[in-house]
Amino acid sequence: METVVDLDAMLFEGLCRMGDTTLVLGHRVSEWCGHAPVLEEDIALANMALDLIGQTQLWLGLAGEVEGKGRDADMLAFRRDAWEFRNLLLVERPNGDFGQTLMRQFLFDAWHQPMLKALEGSNDPRIAEIAAKAGREVAYHLERSADLVIRLGDGTAESHKRMQTALDRLWPYTGEMMTSDATDRALSEAGVMAAPDTIRPQWEAVVGEVLGEATLKAPEGAYMHKGGKQGTHSEHLGHMLATMQWLQRAYPDAKW
Amino acid sequence: MVSVAQVWDWLDEVPDPEIPVISVTDLGIVRDVTVEGETVVVTVTPTYSGCPATSVINFEIEKALRDKGVAEVRLERQLDPPWTTDWLKPEAREKLRAYGIAPPIDGTRAEGVVEGRIKRLTGAALTVPCPRCGSEDTQKVSQFGSTPCKAAYQCRSCLEPFDYFKCI
Repeated sequence: METVVDLDAMLFEGLCRMGDTTLVLGHRVSEWCGHAPVLEEDIALANMALDLIGQTQLWLGLAGEVEGKGRDADMLAFRRDAWEFRNLLLVERPNGDFGQTLMRQFLFDAWHQPMLKALEGSNDPRIAEIAAKAGREVAYHLERSADLVIRLGDGTAESHKRMQTALDRLWPYTGEMMTSDATDRALSEAGVMAAPDTIRPQWEAVVGEVLGEATLKAPEGAYMHKGGKQGTHSEHLGHMLATMQWLQRAYPDAKW
Repeated sequence: MVSVAQVWDWLDEVPDPEIPVISVTDLGIVRDVTVEGETVVVTVTPTYSGCPATSVINFEIEKALRDKGVAEVRLERQLDPPWTTDWLKPEAREKLRAYGIAPPIDGTRAEGVVEGRIKRLTGAALTVPCPRCGSEDTQKVSQFGSTPCKAAYQCRSCLEPFDYFKCI
């Protein structure tokens, strides 16, 4: 019996890692709404944020179900504190300029797509069906972010400089995506979720090819930050949650 | 008691809230209809996971059936198999084109950056004909248009911008 209980607790963790990551990135991307450099990009960013928030509802909805304490996706999103969030550090990085937002998106999409492909093979049908649904949406995210990284990296001197700066700043946050801890390994051994380190070869292939075409160079031997998946976050997450959660905190259980 | 066929007929008249020229059955999102005693159960699959129209669609379906005198309606969500534009009815594609939206081209859904690049390099990139003048000289303006399910295009012949209902 005890192992079953443990697996559910770990599954809750694993699902929060997916759902919190899409939630935090979805919120970050939505911060561009009304501020993007051109109308088409504004609309594209808002639509991607919408996809990510929709996927969050599925992941966190399932997390609440697995946890079995009556918390739904909204409760998990709006009524937890920063240290309870399990998102990757990369996605809580502030938007910076448009180039930094795009580079963050590309580095994430290049991980997100193969990760969802792997999760389609989960022996838990609830996970496999969410991954299959989300995967089709994310394939478009990756096409778009890769195209734009190439266009801006291999663009003007100014756009190239900004994209290289973005890459240098964000690179140290990519390692965490492909590092497996005890929870990841246990879930992978049980066949319910994929171990993040198995995604590395696919991520490196896509990132290497796109950066090459974009004439950008990944920093070598960079220190890699980690801790987001275990709840150790940068100060940026708290500020973001203060904005995102204020209404539900000020008026708990508000309905409209 | 109401028949399953009757319910399908009624659903044929429930418009998609964002593209009102097509119905929810044209869109292929109604996966199943069953009648359990006094309760009509409609199984709906979402188009995109974050589509804001999903809750409106559920509301419209329930309202339409209640207007027809059905007392008990239950809506169920089905994720698997995920919705695909392949399920759009052939007549719906014509309705989309007449409305100014280029219908999806089957078998062209995004599969990731590597596959997409192979298609471009081998010249198999997507050609989306203009829904207004029919020209194939069109260009993609943005991967996402007015909704997640559409991309923004422009025709280089008649210069009109248009939405393309992407294949998914």
